[in-house]
Amino acid sequence: MSPTLTSAALRPRTAEPAGASVRGLCLGAVLCVLVAGCTGATPAATTQTPAAANTQAAASGVSQTLIDAARKEGAVVWYTSVETSVAEEVARKFEAKYAGVKVEVNRTGSERVMQRVLQEAQASVKAVDVIHTSDAGNFVDLKDRNMLAKYVPAAVEKYPTNFKNADGFYFVWRSSMSVPAYNPKLIPAQDTPRTWQDLLDPKWKGKMVSAHPSYSGTIVTWEAAITDLYKSDFLESLAKQDVMLVQSAQDPVTKVTSGERPLAINGTDYSYFVDKKKGNPVEVIYPTDGSPLVTSPSAIAVDAPHPNAARLFTEYLFDMEAQQTLVDDGLYSGHPDVKYPADRKKLTDLKLLTEDDLKLQQQAEELKKTFTQAFGA
Amino acid sequence: MIGPAGPALRLGPALSTAWGRRLDLSAPVWALVAAFLAILVGLPLAFVFGTSLQTAQLTPSLANYAAAFTDRDLLQPILVSLGVGLGVGGLSVLAGAPMGWLVARTDLPGKRVIRNLVLASFVTPPFLGAFCWTLLAGPNAGLINTFWKDLTHSATPLFNIYSVGGLIFVTALYCFPFAFALVTNALELISSDAEDAANGLGAGPLRTGFTITLPLVMPAILSGFILAFLQALTEFGPPAILALPAGFHTMTTRIWALFQVPPRLEVAAAYSVPMLAVSVLLLGLQKRLLARRGYATVLGKSVARRPIGLGWTALPALVLCYGVLSLSIFLPYFILIRAAVSRAWAQPLTLANFTLDNFGFALFGYGATVQAIGNTVRLGLLTASVGTVLAVTLAYVVNRRAIGIAPLVSALATAPLAVPGIVLAVGLFLAYTRPPLVLYGTLWILFVAYLTRELPVGFAQTVNTMRSIHVELEEASRILGGTALRTLRDITVPLARTGVAATWCFVFIGAIRELSASILLFTSQSRVISVVIYDLKEEGKWEVISVLGVLLLVCTFAIVAVVNQLGGRASSPQVERWNR
Repeated sequence: MSPTLTSAALRPRTAEPAGASVRGLCLGAVLCVLVAGCTGATPAATTQTPAAANTQAAASGVSQTLIDAARKEGAVVWYTSVETSVAEEVARKFEAKYAGVKVEVNRTGSERVMQRVLQEAQASVKAVDVIHTSDAGNFVDLKDRNMLAKYVPAAVEKYPTNFKNADGFYFVWRSSMSVPAYNPKLIPAQDTPRTWQDLLDPKWKGKMVSAHPSYSGTIVTWEAAITDLYKSDFLESLAKQDVMLVQSAQDPVTKVTSGERPLAINGTDYSYFVDKKKGNPVEVIYPTDGSPLVTSPSAIAVDAPHPNAARLFTEYLFDMEAQQTLVDDGLYSGHPDVKYPADRKKLTDLKLLTEDDLKLQQQAEELKKTFTQAFGA
Repeated sequence: MIGPAGPALRLGPALSTAWGRRLDLSAPVWALVAAFLAILVGLPLAFVFGTSLQTAQLTPSLANYAAAFTDRDLLQPILVSLGVGLGVGGLSVLAGAPMGWLVARTDLPGKRVIRNLVLASFVTPPFLGAFCWTLLAGPNAGLINTFWKDLTHSATPLFNIYSVGGLIFVTALYCFPFAFALVTNALELISSDAEDAANGLGAGPLRTGFTITLPLVMPAILSGFILAFLQALTEFGPPAILALPAGFHTMTTRIWALFQVPPRLEVAAAYSVPMLAVSVLLLGLQKRLLARRGYATVLGKSVARRPIGLGWTALPALVLCYGVLSLSIFLPYFILIRAAVSRAWAQPLTLANFTLDNFGFALFGYGATVQAIGNTVRLGLLTASVGTVLAVTLAYVVNRRAIGIAPLVSALATAPLAVPGIVLAVGLFLAYTRPPLVLYGTLWILFVAYLTRELPVGFAQTVNTMRSIHVELEEASRILGGTALRTLRDITVPLARTGVAATWCFVFIGAIRELSASILLFTSQSRVISVVIYDLKEEGKWEVISVLGVLLLVCTFAIVAVVNQLGGRASSPQVERWNR
């Protein structure tokens, strides 16, 4: 961990006493760890032994009893907002490690995950075991409705405090940035926007795409950060630019690489990273006035039909293997031992905009309304 | 719950007389079927009305209706939907009516092929068509637009599919078969005497067409307009794919959006009511249109007639037909197949860009598809089987007047036609997410939705089939002591076999492509192909969608081929209509 980088340097809010962020996943310290991991300063733990799991509270850690109980249940149902192939990759690796426990992946946008969880609860349908979205506010909401089970996976002990809900209900599984990107075949690098305000230049009219906060938790977080920075007037000006609207934060990249819209306003940086690696024409822009950081928690449903499989899967999610998988796919992790790809952007180089979960929960409804009214749908 | 109880009570007298007359199990079975039907159709609608008149706190209120008609976000989609409906109705008639006339009345070469291709447009799921058209006519990357820009060095696209015009255009491509079928049907029933007379008096084909034929088929044309209008009004897929990216809603997408967090189900219910009202009114109007004219010259039997010689005008006629079909079938299917085997659909299809990995990922790598294919097939089989049995029973009741409630049964079986899929889904969601009957979270709620939606089609089809069977055979069975049920089983059903099989196939096709109701009713355990395609669309996984789309089409056409085989051998009117 880079000792010169204090959390206070990144975000004033972290100067508050630790008690103040009991609910909020206050992200200053998160960044500190992310940054440390990203710089590769910490040697990576190459293997993960069950022994590493013995420091937590009694319920936590992977015991043979837990594995057996999970096998008996046979499956874990995962509602997740992480990109489909990442979700499938994590699921397959888990299944390889714990034969006999199948992962049912249900991937959709954060707000749709939330919609399903709430609708199913209303109908007393008990389907979901593990819930993961990119709208940290969802978890405040779910916890307030007593819909989350308390469970602290062993590995999060190594995570920075602010990656954790202090009450032990949810933890940040992954982190990413919602920033612009462009197609270098269609826009020369020197012409690209540098700041969020640059997007209001008339030359981008009809050339941009945005994802939607009614679908994507990433975009809820993005909108909250942008509104903090420039008030909602910015959105209204942006809406006059004839912006194409897609739903998922994964979709802008497909519009950029296909050339349908050469410039993406938001989306998510790991999709750009992965697509660029595949050889597609896309370059990320980190605006000088700030990059919104998105934190995506994971939790176990209180009515989980496969509670033991849910615990085992949660242990796995926060452990080294899954976290390294995420990092290889361009995401940022709270695990101190992960090794970032050499070509991954270092968070130390960026000005980050952060939001806390409590505030997101309070503002989400208003943010969605503002967006819909500004953009028309 | 007034809906289901009312008809069930009214069954009383009819039941007792029926029971007194013939001591067999038929009457109670009919009564049960009628009661089942009443609940099937009535319950969801009762919930829509009930919920629309409540606040979230369950106090009676008209506030939801007030919101639906004053809130700008809700009012505007109503206007958009009506505009789109009018546009689609108009375009459908402009394309479908002339094509119908050409196929029914002229010596146009390859008429059978054209008929089959129109049928192919009809069974293509509109959401798939809309998806293909985003690849074809997206303003910047769409294949047609890039071609146009290369050709003309123009900076502006030829056509932007993400617009009201684009939505009208695409929806019309899959609605024009209504106008086509109605006009063809009408023309085949009209004697050509009047036209021959006009010709004999020196009128050219054009003049004859406009002064004689057009007025005769006007009711059919208006009817086609109304059906296309309604289809456009109630369609969810095309607006979700084409309107939302452009920043506007239609009524269906708005209803769907009202289910999003934070949900406003009461408003969704109230907002469904005007849609239902328009639908009921227009279908009533259409029925009157067709009934009022009475077709004095329509003899009800096909008559031999001399086809109009087109001469050199066959060429522009073929251009018209194949032009429309290129837009609805050839171009979309081409781009779909191309995307299914591409690494990146927008890049040229070179060897480096060619791949079969999409098939691997879609079928094996993506957990949701395997489950969804299983669910879709299961639901298709179940809906088609139960639906056909139900339709046959109902058609038998109505046709043979087994009990005195035939008109009621007929009305109930046809009623779902007037209930837009998404409105039905709102009702089913409200009705079956709470005790005593929690179907939400299972395949059963989708089954109920599909059964309800497909019932009118199946019913109409089997009624036609039944009509073609002589009642004397059944009477012989009854005279020899067979009960009504036994007669149905041993006489009527075997005679109607091919028609019934065709019904099964049509219901199956309807069920496997359903999206507008499924989109509100599915859960993680009950995903179907259409919903998975929609989910993938939102994530931009276009190549995978193309694979699933290709599979869906292959499956659909395999079934259509079966219907065609049946139709070739037997007397199913609906199939014959397409095949003649």
